[in-house]
Amino acid sequence: MDFVFKNKRISGILTVLPKKAVKFEDEMANYSFSPAKCMKLKLAMGYNEHRIAEPGQCSSDFCKFGLRYLFDKHLLNKDDIDALLFVSQSGDYYMPPTSNLIQGHFGLKHDCLCMDINQGCAGFEVGLIQAFMLLEQPVIKRVVLMNADVLSPKVSAQDRNSKPLIGDAASITIVEKCEEETTIYANIKMDGTGAFALNIPAGGFRMPSTPETAVMVQDAAGNFRSKDNLVMQGDDVFNFVQREVPPMIEHLYEQSGVDRNEVDWYMFHQPNKFMLHKLADKLGIPHEKMPANIVENFGNASGVTVPTCISYNLGDQLVNGKMRLCMAGFGVGLTWSSIMVEMGNLSFNKIIEF
Amino acid sequence: MKEQIIKILTELRPEFDFTQEGVNFIEEGMLDSFDMVNLVSELDSTFGISIDGVDILPENFATVADIEKLLMKNGAK
Repeated sequence: MDFVFKNKRISGILTVLPKKAVKFEDEMANYSFSPAKCMKLKLAMGYNEHRIAEPGQCSSDFCKFGLRYLFDKHLLNKDDIDALLFVSQSGDYYMPPTSNLIQGHFGLKHDCLCMDINQGCAGFEVGLIQAFMLLEQPVIKRVVLMNADVLSPKVSAQDRNSKPLIGDAASITIVEKCEEETTIYANIKMDGTGAFALNIPAGGFRMPSTPETAVMVQDAAGNFRSKDNLVMQGDDVFNFVQREVPPMIEHLYEQSGVDRNEVDWYMFHQPNKFMLHKLADKLGIPHEKMPANIVENFGNASGVTVPTCISYNLGDQLVNGKMRLCMAGFGVGLTWSSIMVEMGNLSFNKIIEF
Repeated sequence: MKEQIIKILTELRPEFDFTQEGVNFIEEGMLDSFDMVNLVSELDSTFGISIDGVDILPENFATVADIEKLLMKNGAK
């Protein structure tokens, strides 16, 4: 499904990371690999350290900290927020929506559309597409997109498929109308038949958490996890990404009329270094144009990885200049989406710690 | 090429004999999915290629002959 959006821009990105950094070496004794094999795993996947929220810290706390920072620094005016989107898989409650809680916390105006969206790895792209669509309405001039996930408590410490890469984080992206002639191209596809490639079996209404769902069970690969834990079918996810993402990006070139060499940066979701390098090779993109350094430095925080990648790798370059970015997210759902955008002259593009 | 493949496999999992004929490395548990990742990295650098991500499937790593075929398909000489 293709989209075209005109006269809209991203005007600021703020990434909020937990202060707590955990080293791969400090956790590898939990895994069923020898130390030597663990070190190979580290090298191949690009694991080093990841940022983990403190017990009790929720996704919304990171969003609130980021918003408070923007208000205090006069980078965002409360009264200018016409819509507040919260894209996450770790909301505070089943009800009410976390976006409403955040709206209430700051006493934002009542003429503000609050919306929670349950999305994971493609959450930044899904959130942006939703924001751009809302901006088609005359009454909505500015959307605040919050991507946030604190999923580390849901990952088993003895799961070497997921534990070394998981990260917690939030990002706040300001999306607004502009008078400047801009065209943003986006596409998205979904395949719910693969929905269980990434899932948390228990804890929802279908399978409430009970003492039975908390029992740890060993899988064929030697990982221990319970039904309350996140489970990733790594092979299925890898194959899905390698099969679907390259044609999606090829399609985006055609859709946008942009040649691959005219793209300054490829800001992709960050599952691991190996997967990203394979995608870059398949697409004929130099590795240095597709940063793969977020998992090794901060971990994979689902829909927050793309904004983190932009803040970390480009920082003030996007405040002082303009670049063409190709962004892509892929994973939970299954969902895969990409966006071609010229981004620049941002009011802010940085990382802060909470 | 065959000797190089066996050498890489043996370095990866020295506890197994990869010279045996008629053994399926995947079914026998001699290679798991993480071994395949390491193997691909080693094969890529040894043969100066990049094995296509869509080809990283267990059936392409079941025997030395399968790996050889995979390498040829991805441009190894």
